[in-house]
Amino acid sequence: MNDVKEKLVDLLAQFTRLSSIRLPDDVLRKLHELSGSETSERARFFYDAMLADLDMASSLMRPCCQDTGIIQYFVEAGSKSPYLDLLEDALRQAVVLATDRTPLRHNCVEVFDEKNTGDNTGTRIPWIDWQVIPDNQDLSIYIYLAGGGCSLPGASKVLMPLEGYEGVLRFVFDQVTSYGINACPPLLLGIGIAGSAEVAAKLSKKALLRPIGSANGNERGHALEVKIEEAVNAIGIGPGGTGGAKSLLGVHVEQAGRHPATLAVGLSTACWAHRRAHIIIHPDLSWEMPTHQGAQL
Amino acid sequence: MSIHHLKTPIKEEEIRRIRTGDLIFLSGTLVTARDDVHLRLVKQQDSLPIDLRDGAIFHAGPIMAASKDRPGRYEVISIGPTTSMRMERYEKEFIEQTGLRLIVGKGGMGRRTEEACAAHGCLHAVFPGGCAVLAASLVREVREVHWLELGMPEAMWVMEVENFGPLLVSIDAQGNNLFEQQKAIYNEKKEAELRALNAYIGEAFRI
Repeated sequence: MNDVKEKLVDLLAQFTRLSSIRLPDDVLRKLHELSGSETSERARFFYDAMLADLDMASSLMRPCCQDTGIIQYFVEAGSKSPYLDLLEDALRQAVVLATDRTPLRHNCVEVFDEKNTGDNTGTRIPWIDWQVIPDNQDLSIYIYLAGGGCSLPGASKVLMPLEGYEGVLRFVFDQVTSYGINACPPLLLGIGIAGSAEVAAKLSKKALLRPIGSANGNERGHALEVKIEEAVNAIGIGPGGTGGAKSLLGVHVEQAGRHPATLAVGLSTACWAHRRAHIIIHPDLSWEMPTHQGAQL
Repeated sequence: MSIHHLKTPIKEEEIRRIRTGDLIFLSGTLVTARDDVHLRLVKQQDSLPIDLRDGAIFHAGPIMAASKDRPGRYEVISIGPTTSMRMERYEKEFIEQTGLRLIVGKGGMGRRTEEACAAHGCLHAVFPGGCAVLAASLVREVREVHWLELGMPEAMWVMEVENFGPLLVSIDAQGNNLFEQQKAIYNEKKEAELRALNAYIGEAFRI
């Protein structure tokens, strides 16, 4: 079993390392598309630097952004995966290994002690979110490197239902124009709508894990995504926040049923260097990475 | 959009000639200083381990690696700007107490920094956020590190840079603030967009 665990740790460490270096295919495609739509000198200043940086990061195998974030894993665990007992400890070990190998920045500061742990693990960190998939043998793991700049606009709030969707939109737009500008746009907006603050917040983060441009399961929900994207783009924040034609990678909304007396909204933002990756690990430890075609781990 | 080449130590008259929207290339010494360095100097009233008069700081928390060839020395792996607004709380006093001429960071800063820049002849300029390998390629050498006990991101890394840039000037020494001017435009457009969106929702969702 030790040998198997070692292999699992190594695979997860390499997955974590790669996620800090190479952006997912859909984000890269979107950045090139957005870059092509900008003509102003100031917008070009930002996109030229961004695309040059990503090329250098890939060829030197270095983290494309120095803020490699607090490391978060979102696990969809098949109930019949042989690795359920090992996974939590394997993920912690993988973080330590990836921090040393890549290297990743030391980003875990213990609360109250106010000391950086120096290896990106600490109390409840890496953050691991679990969901069980019945009758399934695979581990499906998303990683998100939650940087400081793109986490700062994050917020959730419980509104009264009569504030309506107008209240939801006011909350989102105020956060984006006050804090989003400094969060390295073009941004991906994750919006959660639910009955309480923590559910809305969690759904807003899960919304960031969806492929760029994917649609909300509800027709009206998707219509709202499209309309919000058009409206935020029309504000003209642009790449880097100093003006431009487009400001967003996209808008993803996720929802849960709400209480009749509450309307909660959560917002999470991802920066242009949206370090999300997805790996599916089979029982024989063979794997695939839907977000990164041709990846070698 | 004029282009300026600055070298540390920077003269006040050079700073006074530069305007928001201009581009700067910096050569000489660039020192990282972010949350904890500001806290130590301004709130805890410690003295800084190095003199920043006529110098330049970088709001950045880098990834550094110990050098394999030169014991005790470091090499920069990845170093991009961090959100400058976090330092707004103490930047005015930081400028007053150090005699600093240039702050490099990301995004805008507020009214107090604007005032200190105008009063003392200092600028705030941005390097494109997230472009950390690109920035690392412009660092010639990591000369020293101070306050490493604060952890890798918060320590003061003293670097020699050459033509570090382009940096887009966001606050000049005449009281101009590029991000604040842009924000006023965004807020105005935001209200118009929200009105249109609310009308659409009322109609399409029948609520």
